[in-house]
Amino acid sequence: MVFVLVVDDEEDVKPLFLQRFRRELKKNLVKFDFAYSGRQALDHLNSLDDMDCVLILSDINMPGMSGLDLLKEIKSTYPALRVMMVTAYGDDDNYKKAMEYGADGFLNKPVDFSHLKKTILES
Amino acid sequence: MHRLLKRQIKKHVSREQVVPPELEKFVRAIDEAYASYDSDRVMLERSLELSSGELVEANRELREQKRELESSLTQVREMKDQMVIQEKMASLGSLTAGIAHEIKNPLNFINNFADLSRELIEEVNELLEPGAELDREELDETLGLLTENLQKIAHHGARADSIVKGMLLHSRGKAGTRVDTDVNDLVEEYLNLAYHGMRAKDTSFNVSLERNYGEDLPMIPMVPQDVSRVFLNIISNACYAANKKRETAGGDYSPTVTVTTRIDGAMIEVLISDNGTGIPKDIVDKVFNPFFTTKPPNEGTGLGLSITYDIVVEGHGGTLDLETKEGEGTTFLIKLPIQGLAANG
Repeated sequence: MVFVLVVDDEEDVKPLFLQRFRRELKKNLVKFDFAYSGRQALDHLNSLDDMDCVLILSDINMPGMSGLDLLKEIKSTYPALRVMMVTAYGDDDNYKKAMEYGADGFLNKPVDFSHLKKTILES
Repeated sequence: MHRLLKRQIKKHVSREQVVPPELEKFVRAIDEAYASYDSDRVMLERSLELSSGELVEANRELREQKRELESSLTQVREMKDQMVIQEKMASLGSLTAGIAHEIKNPLNFINNFADLSRELIEEVNELLEPGAELDREELDETLGLLTENLQKIAHHGARADSIVKGMLLHSRGKAGTRVDTDVNDLVEEYLNLAYHGMRAKDTSFNVSLERNYGEDLPMIPMVPQDVSRVFLNIISNACYAANKKRETAGGDYSPTVTVTTRIDGAMIEVLISDNGTGIPKDIVDKVFNPFFTTKPPNEGTGLGLSITYDIVVEGHGGTLDLETKEGEGTTFLIKLPIQGLAANG
């Protein structure tokens, strides 16, 4: 079972993901948690006992702590966790920085859910 | 006078046979006086003619200069109008980028939820297939999700709509009509647009936004596309300053822009604060001057704050002040009268 933490300032990301992964959720293949800021995401990770199979999906462009700053934090505090960055801007600068900070993957918005499903479930 | 006098004297002299020497001396003196008077008169007349000519010439020159100055003034006015348009276009350009990003998100949700809804309807059809026993619970769950999805589609559609409306308002050049407007909504909208506009221009840009919106603020009459430009301009400057300080500040510097709204007597106050570079003492008095800018040439026309000032003070009867400390940050204080611009203002 893969635990996925989705970080995005848009609240409707939660119903979107829960519906997209409805079948997988019913089959207990995956479990989702949602954070609406980098800060919230870190607080959530701090509260977890078990870090197995945690994948973080984070939007890059958020007010406050940006996705890239969050990426840096996670990689330094929880190096075993995998972080994938999601962005609407699709520019090289963010891509380079994300890779530099050790991102494990890069997704463009709008998210291709069939591709995402494969990526998550194959982990 | 001279002739009359002479005639009188001749008459007198012809009656007498002897001309007393004093009388002759007297007549001679008068003759000399009049001769010198005559030559002075001629000189005066001549110099008057000259002056008069010079005056006509001087007058002609002045009229010519006046014409030249008038045409220069017209040119300068046209140039200023052009620059105001340019400044509008420039801010529109960066707004467009911000808006394009802002619209992507709601559109993304609309497409996703519409797609999901199609799938859900297929499931409903499967559930309603004759022969199979109707799983009421499953049906209700699916219909519930469908309802939620449609609500979300409507919500994000309205969101995109208001983003576009806001953009149209901004680009409309005509003098705007005064309408009662919610200040908190307007500030929030342009706070977001300014933020995304700056992100679009500079991918390294990142600033925290803090909001302290007053409650129960009355709607106030204003020209929203003008006042929105005020907020956009000042908030953009605040974001710029806060972000700029990252170049020189230490690791624990957290660039922040704070907006606060509240009522103060007959005015609504909007405060826009940043903890950025601050404004040096020697520049503070100039910031509202037209064409004054501290940004590099292709980054600012220098008209933003002077137009902003005009909109607040002349256009709305408000006040615009600032407090700043170099190296620490700046706060702009905008005050707008709740009653709007006085009818005779």
